[in-house]
Amino acid sequence: MRYLPHTDQEIREMLDVVGRKSLDELFCSVPDGCRYEGTMALPEPLNEWSLTERFSDLAEAMAVNHKYKVLIGAGSYHHNIPVTIGSLMSRSEFLTAYTPYQPEMAQGTLQGIYEYQTLTARLLGMDVANASIYDGASALAEALLMGLRIGKKKTKVAVSKAVHPHYRDVAKTYLDPTDYELIELPLDKNGRTDLSGLAGIEGLAAVAIQSPNFFGIIEDLTALGQTIHDNGTLFITCFTEPLAYGLTKNPGECGADIACGEGQSFGIERSFGGAALGMFACLDQFTRNMPGRLVGETTDLEGKRGFVLTLSTREQHIRREKATSNICSNQGICTLIAAMYMSSLGGSGLRELAKLNYDKSEYFKAQLKKNGARITFDSPTFNEFVVEFKEDFQPIYARLLEKKIVAGLELGKYYPELAGKYLFCVTETIAKEVMDMVAGEVKL
Amino acid sequence: MKELSELIFKEGLRYTNDHEWVTEEGDTLKIGVSDYAQDQMGDIVYVELPDVGTTFQKGEEFGTLESVKAVSELYLPISGEVVAVNDDLGDSPELINQDPYTNWIIEIKPSDPGELDQLLTVADYRELLRG
Repeated sequence: MRYLPHTDQEIREMLDVVGRKSLDELFCSVPDGCRYEGTMALPEPLNEWSLTERFSDLAEAMAVNHKYKVLIGAGSYHHNIPVTIGSLMSRSEFLTAYTPYQPEMAQGTLQGIYEYQTLTARLLGMDVANASIYDGASALAEALLMGLRIGKKKTKVAVSKAVHPHYRDVAKTYLDPTDYELIELPLDKNGRTDLSGLAGIEGLAAVAIQSPNFFGIIEDLTALGQTIHDNGTLFITCFTEPLAYGLTKNPGECGADIACGEGQSFGIERSFGGAALGMFACLDQFTRNMPGRLVGETTDLEGKRGFVLTLSTREQHIRREKATSNICSNQGICTLIAAMYMSSLGGSGLRELAKLNYDKSEYFKAQLKKNGARITFDSPTFNEFVVEFKEDFQPIYARLLEKKIVAGLELGKYYPELAGKYLFCVTETIAKEVMDMVAGEVKL
Repeated sequence: MKELSELIFKEGLRYTNDHEWVTEEGDTLKIGVSDYAQDQMGDIVYVELPDVGTTFQKGEEFGTLESVKAVSELYLPISGEVVAVNDDLGDSPELINQDPYTNWIIEIKPSDPGELDQLLTVADYRELLRG
């Protein structure tokens, strides 16, 4: 189903039918205090040439994608995007497809979402994946709320301190107005989550662990999950870099009850921080507690395959304040991109790409070490890791920036105890020469 | 949907304003939903049941009924502890549509059996639906 804006003539015709003279008159039932008075201070319309120029100027100001080599991931990753995706996504059936209020009208849209769900469930090793949530951070917050729904009378949830700081902030915002308590779990000296205090927490509904965690470290999810389950608590795994599952065990294999995180890595541009894709999956037994929309496969009266929005009786528009969650929408375009990305690479492609990311970052690690830098945490990592230097890194950082290389993320802002240490990321997009140049600067 | 005259009102049960029924079996009570309730809901596709051993206060939500068009809460009419749930409803929730009075939902041990007398008689319930 296409999205087409109304022309002035169509608006006039519709107003005629309902007997109104203008749009203002149509919306007269909206109280004055809730309406904007006057005209908005918007720039004048531009013709196509000027508009193109304006947008190129804005894009230049951003500079992230083209001019600079950015050795930062921290939740947003630069990966090569197969040309097939841009080509397919330029088709209006995909790009402007909006789920109408009778969703089953749009069988193509529903099938697209269904394929995304299937691929996501397989990637994460889970039984059921939903039609997506806004982003990784809100997916985590929703997973914690889901844990509280399943935990019934339990009132606490815990999150590892190695979960992305922004995600933890969003979870705090979600839980702040409620009576629920959000507990932060400490890290051990190797940058992994320390669960030794878990048994002392009464009424704990769920624990969330990110892997690879914010420091790029692969957590021992199987062992953590075992401890969490032995404690009678739900096990949530979270991720910012799903590509890692091409190489590491996926959440399902590690015993996760809920797996959630960010899907930006899968074919979505970094575009100044968005758009994002919240991936969300769980075990079959928890499906009815899952937030968001879910597309199911069925057969019609003639036995033909078809798709429906399933369990929507639990959504807000029908169940109001009793709804499972207040997510009644999904990231339609981003789910399609991610589905195209996953099917373009396939299982073996994903594995090869993950291996390449891992190998490159191990090479970079080795070069840095050789030149006197120290890798802070003694744990396996995927494509990110924390580095510390003998001397102040700031001047080197500034020098590299002049050469259009953004050398890592200083961690003091997020972890004061790690001030002066840098989080580096290397994906397949970073050439050996760039890594050698950075390592060379460190030595000087 | 059924007319009032077509609805089945089973004699000898006690009813609630939320269209549930209660019947005494020894020192426990069985609880289900009325013919009116199942008829209003339409095809029931899922019954969410509590864990055996859970204690609920009178009026507390103990589960949900989900039909193709709605999800409704089930409220416990009498305080007590859940001693059994009807597991047949897990695979065959449609049993409630087929016979809402035989297919009970949960069995409880009441903490105050006297609360039973506060519920509606079949005549009261019929009156409630007549409006």
